[in-house]
Amino acid sequence: MKNLSQVNNPYGEDKVISACSIFGMMETSGKPISGEAAFKAVANMHDRGNGLGGGFAVYGLYPDFADCYALHIMFASQQGRHYTEQFLQSEVKVENSQEVPTRKTEGITNEPMIYRYFVYPKSDRGDELSDDDYIVKLVLQINDEIEDSFVFSSGKNMGVFKGVGFPEEIAEYFRLEDYKGYTWTVHGRFPTNSQAWWGGAHPFSMLDWTVVHNGELSSYGANRAWLETVGYKCTMFTDTEVLAYAIDLIMRKQGLSPEIFAKIVAPPLWSEIDMMDSDEKQLHTALRSTYGGLLMNGPFGIVVANHEYMIALTDRIRLRPLTAAIKGTKLFFSSEEASIRLIEPELDLVWTPMGGLPVIGKIGSLPSPEDSKKRHYDFAVI
Amino acid sequence: MTCCQTCEIDATGVYYKEMNAQIRKAVEEGAEHIVLRNVTGQRYIGTNLYQATSPERLAKLQIDVYGTPGNDLGAFLDGPVINIYGNIMDASGNTMNSGRIIAHGRGGDITGFSARGGEMFIRDNAGYRVGIHMKEYQEKRPVMVIGGTTQDFLGEYMAGGVIIVMGLTLAVDEAHYANHVGTGMHGGKIFIRGIIEDHQLGAGVGITEVTEDDTGLIRKYIEEYARLFEKDMSGITVQSFKKLTPLSSRPYKQLYAY
Amino acid sequence: MQGENTVPDIKIDTTDKSKPLQRKASDFKIRSNRLTEFAVDRDYDRCIKCEVCVRQCAFDVHYRDEEEDVIKHRPENCVGCHRCAVMCPTDAIVIQPNPAQYRVHGSWSSEHVKDINRQAETGGVVLTGSGNDKAAPVYWDRMLINASQVTNPSIDPLREPMELRTFIGAKPDNVRVKDGKLDTKMPPALEIQIPILFSAISYGAISYNVQKAIAEAATELGTMYNTGEGGLHPDFYEYKNNTIVQVASGRFGVHPDYLNAARMVEIKIGQGAKPGIGGHLAGEKVSASVSLTRMIPMGTDAISPAPQHDIYSIEDLRMLIYAIKEATNYRVPVSVKIAAVHNAAAIASGIVRAGADVVAIDGFRGGTGAAPKIIRDNVGLPIEFALAAVDKRLRDEGIRNRITLISGGGIRNAGDIVKAIALGADAVYIGTSALIAAGCTLCQKCYSGKCNWGIATQDPYLAKRVNPDITRQRLVNLINGWSHEIKEMLGGMGINSIESLRGSRSQLRGIGLTKTELDILNIKAAGE
Repeated sequence: MKNLSQVNNPYGEDKVISACSIFGMMETSGKPISGEAAFKAVANMHDRGNGLGGGFAVYGLYPDFADCYALHIMFASQQGRHYTEQFLQSEVKVENSQEVPTRKTEGITNEPMIYRYFVYPKSDRGDELSDDDYIVKLVLQINDEIEDSFVFSSGKNMGVFKGVGFPEEIAEYFRLEDYKGYTWTVHGRFPTNSQAWWGGAHPFSMLDWTVVHNGELSSYGANRAWLETVGYKCTMFTDTEVLAYAIDLIMRKQGLSPEIFAKIVAPPLWSEIDMMDSDEKQLHTALRSTYGGLLMNGPFGIVVANHEYMIALTDRIRLRPLTAAIKGTKLFFSSEEASIRLIEPELDLVWTPMGGLPVIGKIGSLPSPEDSKKRHYDFAVI
Repeated sequence: MTCCQTCEIDATGVYYKEMNAQIRKAVEEGAEHIVLRNVTGQRYIGTNLYQATSPERLAKLQIDVYGTPGNDLGAFLDGPVINIYGNIMDASGNTMNSGRIIAHGRGGDITGFSARGGEMFIRDNAGYRVGIHMKEYQEKRPVMVIGGTTQDFLGEYMAGGVIIVMGLTLAVDEAHYANHVGTGMHGGKIFIRGIIEDHQLGAGVGITEVTEDDTGLIRKYIEEYARLFEKDMSGITVQSFKKLTPLSSRPYKQLYAY
Repeated sequence: MQGENTVPDIKIDTTDKSKPLQRKASDFKIRSNRLTEFAVDRDYDRCIKCEVCVRQCAFDVHYRDEEEDVIKHRPENCVGCHRCAVMCPTDAIVIQPNPAQYRVHGSWSSEHVKDINRQAETGGVVLTGSGNDKAAPVYWDRMLINASQVTNPSIDPLREPMELRTFIGAKPDNVRVKDGKLDTKMPPALEIQIPILFSAISYGAISYNVQKAIAEAATELGTMYNTGEGGLHPDFYEYKNNTIVQVASGRFGVHPDYLNAARMVEIKIGQGAKPGIGGHLAGEKVSASVSLTRMIPMGTDAISPAPQHDIYSIEDLRMLIYAIKEATNYRVPVSVKIAAVHNAAAIASGIVRAGADVVAIDGFRGGTGAAPKIIRDNVGLPIEFALAAVDKRLRDEGIRNRITLISGGGIRNAGDIVKAIALGADAVYIGTSALIAAGCTLCQKCYSGKCNWGIATQDPYLAKRVNPDITRQRLVNLINGWSHEIKEMLGGMGINSIESLRGSRSQLRGIGLTKTELDILNIKAAGE
């Protein structure tokens, strides 16, 4: 999509501001389940959005093409589609492609054409990039250079569905009741510009990492400056974009764990670090001084997912709400507890994690509330 | 739906605006006891009752909530008693003026924000910024009782009122979770039972002596908590509470250069 | 017939002593067609002839006329420092710019006329002290700061934590963690509690007591001070945990103990007040103690050469940087300080690639003890542009995150500091503002060694006017006040940590700036 910045940020603002509702649910046994519960839960938080954006990330929904990168692409014109498909043919092996099934839904207008392509990178490329890096490059190229074309999902056996509308309307539009997935994350958006764009809704994705985000990063300018220095190009002018790049850099490229990711974007205060024992103190000081530009300041609640994780995190002084809950093998995250109760009136465990402490759900294991209900630093004995 | 004394409202699928309008109508028609069932996130329960009936009748009104009420439960509450059989979410008791909110579960963030009177009882734990900016004036003084522990910024910017934190959900050697307790506090009192260390307190807040008057107050509320939640509180002594108060009423006096 | 050049006798009435009419030779100033810069007005009704002004003025303005038992003054000597007016117990003295001026002229200001006269008399280079005082635009005053409203909350620093801690030094590209512990060797760094450091001011340029006060203030505040090019007096080794030492072109006082008595070593290439030239400390200011510290003979002029004679090209800089790293066993970060000049961006890039851990840029408003006035007023760039250009270049090249950027040169208040950090600085150096807190009134005569406030002098009679303890307290007060103001502005922007301001140009807007200026600063105009 050429002029992507202008499309998503028509008023040329420093940053597109939006507030919202977020929700996530993971069947930690890995068994794919229906998303009905997620649709109901997010509809219950209707008042937190204004209908100008809604979206879902679903994991495990393409078992027949599990090894392919599933590219979801939106086109504003046939020409955009034509050039994109030409480009794809030359760069990757397209195993299968089709228009994403939709239904006419009240409240959804100006729909772009949305197609999905199941692709393999060509094995005789001759460059030194990993398959993942190659696909990232491909996606960024399409999004930068091909008019009227925007890739908004590019992971394996997962897919993002999003657009302009309330999330429950988006679920209806994309016929999400037809899919089963083991992780569902949801977002309902409340942007402050009146001209919203389909690609600007959440989730935001890079390969199979997705993020849904509630809040506004006051540190956006500083985060953006830091990320651009290490080669990421911020074109969407939304703070969720810097979150997605931070995830990509820290967890995918540098291979650091979700716990460390949390310590980088929502670090403890110096007053706490000063009290830690020497190993913890050294680690936290090194992280803050090296990655200070990735400290995410300002209110945020996020749910981050990939093929094996679903992680919730709030900013270090918990300016946005987040409730976590467990029922059997299912893990839930929500901006509001009531929405979880709506779909699961009896819960085994319910808690609100402390600011800056991640709740980490993983296929095959459930998080323990104790990890995030209170701080666990080994404070040095004074 | 005409109600006499007791009125049942099924909130399944009902938008908060309509549900609250039903409540008000019932009160106007003389209901003294309202039961809401299947509440899932409807906001502002108890807020829209201004002059729905006489102040005396409002003070006798009882609203029972089954489910999970939404944010701003009892915002600007003035008179009624609200019993919640479940957890409550954020901003409950927001700027409440009088009345009671009794939650048989946990509380969310900014519980009792700017409360000016009345009482709140939360059986279990509560979230961030509990009791922020509570106020008092002469005899008009809000009291909030939390059975368990809270998260950061408890009593932030308190100007008056009383918060009692019992610590019942903590293990014997487990400290309270909160940091920055009482930052910006310039009035009011926090009574807290359990381990709390100096580094958890905000600047300008200190641990002070529990007085005779305080003892009476704490005892009264331990008993009320026991009664409301049917718990045996015999093992909880007044002596086990510490008192937190501001060390100065003008903590920021030295800040400005004239 | 009387000679035309003789002074005629004037008959006087000797009976009335209160109104002397005869003027003695001593009443006459040296002939010159220069208008006196300052006028001294003494209210004789208030003057109690206590002679405080006579004692306080090192420029010999005030004197007692024994014969007439009255205090008189030589306004032609006055430098406008106001010491006498401040110290006079009866407020009898008013110092003001001489109301008498040459005819107002758009090009030939009085200052230009006087400078020509000065040069005609002496044949010399007009010297001055302190920073550029000319009316070039101050770009800090043309930038406005953002605040949050509704969409993200402001944070109240009085009640919630607000973090200003800053690390000065190189940063690694990434960190490795193994078994929950740090698995990367971190490069050496200084931890300062506030993003403000005391700039390089040499012992020699300022007095011992002032440098002591600065060192102690730095220690108390948890930050650093900089020795400047004067070396480190042995008494100050006790402050080694808060000292930055400089290696400048004169290499004064540079020896292994010196290099290892510091938390950072700074290679001084240039200074904002006098880019491209060296330094000059007049012999009058080279006292015994200065002589000891700088290792030059007492009374001789301390000349710092223009270039560092072992750095004629960028690869030479790399050589010196590593020489220092070797000499300090890689224990401390190495900084390179340059003046803000036209190619600052490219130079900074070279400095980073040469291995420096910190780049310090000094703008044209930076102070000095002595500089040729023509260079102070005409050479160099405003720090606002240099900082913006350097930060942008380093980011474009992908190397900004590796180093620390410190900027200075006329930082006057907390607003300037917040703007500097938003433009990309990690921290700021302050010099002039610290000396003003110590009592300086910017009379610009530092080079004379006659500072009446006891700051820019080595004359013991004058230097003892500074009480190091009181001055330390004043410096600490100033920085504490500023720190709080910074926290209020950060909180207003909805951030609680200085890292979240760094390089965030979107928190600034320009007002009264041209499109080009906005582009260079990379900020939008107010209203956009």
